[in-house]
Amino acid sequence: MGLNRRGFFNVLAVTGASLAVGKKTVASPKSEKEIEFYGILYDSTRCVACRTCEYECAAAHGLPEPQPEVEAIRKTDETCNTVVNTFQTENGEVYTKRQCMHCNEPACAAACLTQAMHKSKTGPVTWNGDKCMGCRYCMVSCPFDMPKFEYQSTNPKIQKCDMCMERQQAGEVPICVANCPAEAVLFGKRRDLINEARRRIYENPDQYVDHIYGEHEAGGTGWLYLSSVPFEELGMNTHLRHSSYPELTKGFLYSVPSVFVLVPTLLLGIHQATVNNHLKVDDNDE
Amino acid sequence: MITMNKEIQLAADRGGKSIWKFLLSELKPRGKWLTPFNLISIPIILVGLALILLRFAEGLGAVSNINQEIPWGLWKGFNVVTGVAFAGGAYVLTFIVYILKVDKYHSIVRVTVLNGFLAYMFYAGALVLDLGKPWNIFNPIIGNSFGASSVLFLVAWHFLLYIVAQLIEFSPAVAEWLGAKRAHKILSGLTLGAVIFGITLSTLHQSGLGALFLMASEKIHPLWYNEFIPLLFLVSSVFAGLSMVIFEGSISQRVFFRKISSKNREARNNMVQSLSKICAFGMFAYLFMHFLVFIHGQHWNLLNTPMGYWFLIEMIGFVAVPMGVFFYASRTSSLLLSRVAAIITIVGIIVNRLNVSIIAFRWDAAVRYVPSWMEIVVSITIILIQIWIFRWVISRMPVLDEPPKWANNSH
Ligand code: SF4
Ligand code: SF4
Repeated sequence: MGLNRRGFFNVLAVTGASLAVGKKTVASPKSEKEIEFYGILYDSTRCVACRTCEYECAAAHGLPEPQPEVEAIRKTDETCNTVVNTFQTENGEVYTKRQCMHCNEPACAAACLTQAMHKSKTGPVTWNGDKCMGCRYCMVSCPFDMPKFEYQSTNPKIQKCDMCMERQQAGEVPICVANCPAEAVLFGKRRDLINEARRRIYENPDQYVDHIYGEHEAGGTGWLYLSSVPFEELGMNTHLRHSSYPELTKGFLYSVPSVFVLVPTLLLGIHQATVNNHLKVDDNDE
Repeated sequence: MITMNKEIQLAADRGGKSIWKFLLSELKPRGKWLTPFNLISIPIILVGLALILLRFAEGLGAVSNINQEIPWGLWKGFNVVTGVAFAGGAYVLTFIVYILKVDKYHSIVRVTVLNGFLAYMFYAGALVLDLGKPWNIFNPIIGNSFGASSVLFLVAWHFLLYIVAQLIEFSPAVAEWLGAKRAHKILSGLTLGAVIFGITLSTLHQSGLGALFLMASEKIHPLWYNEFIPLLFLVSSVFAGLSMVIFEGSISQRVFFRKISSKNREARNNMVQSLSKICAFGMFAYLFMHFLVFIHGQHWNLLNTPMGYWFLIEMIGFVAVPMGVFFYASRTSSLLLSRVAAIITIVGIIVNRLNVSIIAFRWDAAVRYVPSWMEIVVSITIILIQIWIFRWVISRMPVLDEPPKWANNSH
């Protein structure tokens, strides 16, 4: 996307960035890269769809126990943070676990005007009920539609996977990882997980498609996926941007400080210029 | 001592009544009660207020059809996103009158600012209704929860500041109503500053409302999503606002006939003609930008789909056609045609804003969002209450009619 607004906004953005020194309007991507996020690697070829993770997750987060009999394909909602879906493919049944992806640069946190949605330094994206005002802009912005809102409540929460932040702080792995009988989920540093995923693909090229979902999607996510079939067959959105979503608003946000300087100056200038023309302008205007 | 002196002086201006008695007497309704407008609006407002109570007692889900995939419904898409575009008339007119100093618009700038001010107050109201946890609304304003990387954060702040700026712009009329001469002088002196500040804020939040949807890049149908949404929203707010000024003017001219002097009445017709021309040029620029964006996006194949037809209806039926009518109306100085064009434009802006925020948003979702009757009633209630207050102010403060003599030289 070029045209001329890019250039125009870039000029504004450079001015704006220099004006906003110290205010740090948008987290700079450089510092983001230096931090080592933790993440989880999900290998759908190992998953047996026992749904243990669903049960353990619900219990750990005080959510209602999942139904024993469910439809093959579901979405997470305000009563469950994760679902395991079953897809019929040419390789037979393939399973996929879905939950918040814990993006490296989450759209939800950039959208949140109260910092209730927050990307912690270690990786999990968490929600703070004392800050949230329930505007649901995070839901509008999340490319995976993961934040879920309790519409029936008078004191609603935003529900989504928090990667068991509290357990992590206590030095434990997330509850789904701790309880998976098939070792389909692996917790670790994101960089190590990507290496591990590459190794699995390299050693068993027939078993996997050559794609780690989440390595680049949405600018990189905390959850990483391996699969034996192309990811669109597993209901995963493969049309997502490969750079971060907050980037989409940076041009606009950076131009704000310059607008605040340029527009009033311009207006004052015009005002001064027309001050003496008072009557003439009236005549000239049709 | 000083305040007491002032009190006495003020009381003299109001025919000897004390300020409280004066305010009390002004609160009473004036004129006939059983007008058709009252008969229709009062029941709707009562039902709407009951529904608002229900919303707070039972949660949003009890009245609204919004869901997990389409979290913003009619209140955000119509009352906020669409409404703000229509309030754009205030910043355009203050620009023309106070910055360019085209004096002939002076007689309508007050009513437009009043309209804008009330509109913003009520959008803020609609926003609060829509918030899941409205008691936390002050978090981004005070406290340590500045989500400065959020477009919504900027929009919220600009909203708030703009309401203050508009209040200052309008305050001389309040001072004239109360007969407060000294306050009038001070407040009039603040006008230029407020205007400059207000225009700056407007350019930012008009475009900001578009920028809200920038991150929803895959969720909005490609015919409506592009990185120029902020610019398109800003440009369209110019003719949206002015069309509203034309439309609103034609109504208040009828309803408040006695308030408008015959001199102003004639000037108004002349104004409509010039405003039509500005609208037409604005729409031309808007169409041209849309055209560039469309060529650039290479979405030709999408035109031959139901959403594509809908897009063409919006662009041709609600932008190109009223643009032509505006041009023609300003050529032939036809008041009627200008009003017709204004109405088509208003409908078109509603269509456009609802398209971006609701109709083309998750156009592919399995469960489509259709507002419940309760949401619609609440949406209408908000607008009706706004009209009630507007009417109350108009019939009391010098908005449409000439300001009192003593106030004239300070303007
Ligand atoms: S998947 Fe959605 S909710 Fe989860 S971190 Fe990314 S943007 Fe936020
Ligand atoms: S709903 Fe809450 S968490 Fe989501 S953006 Fe709004 S304030 Fe932030």
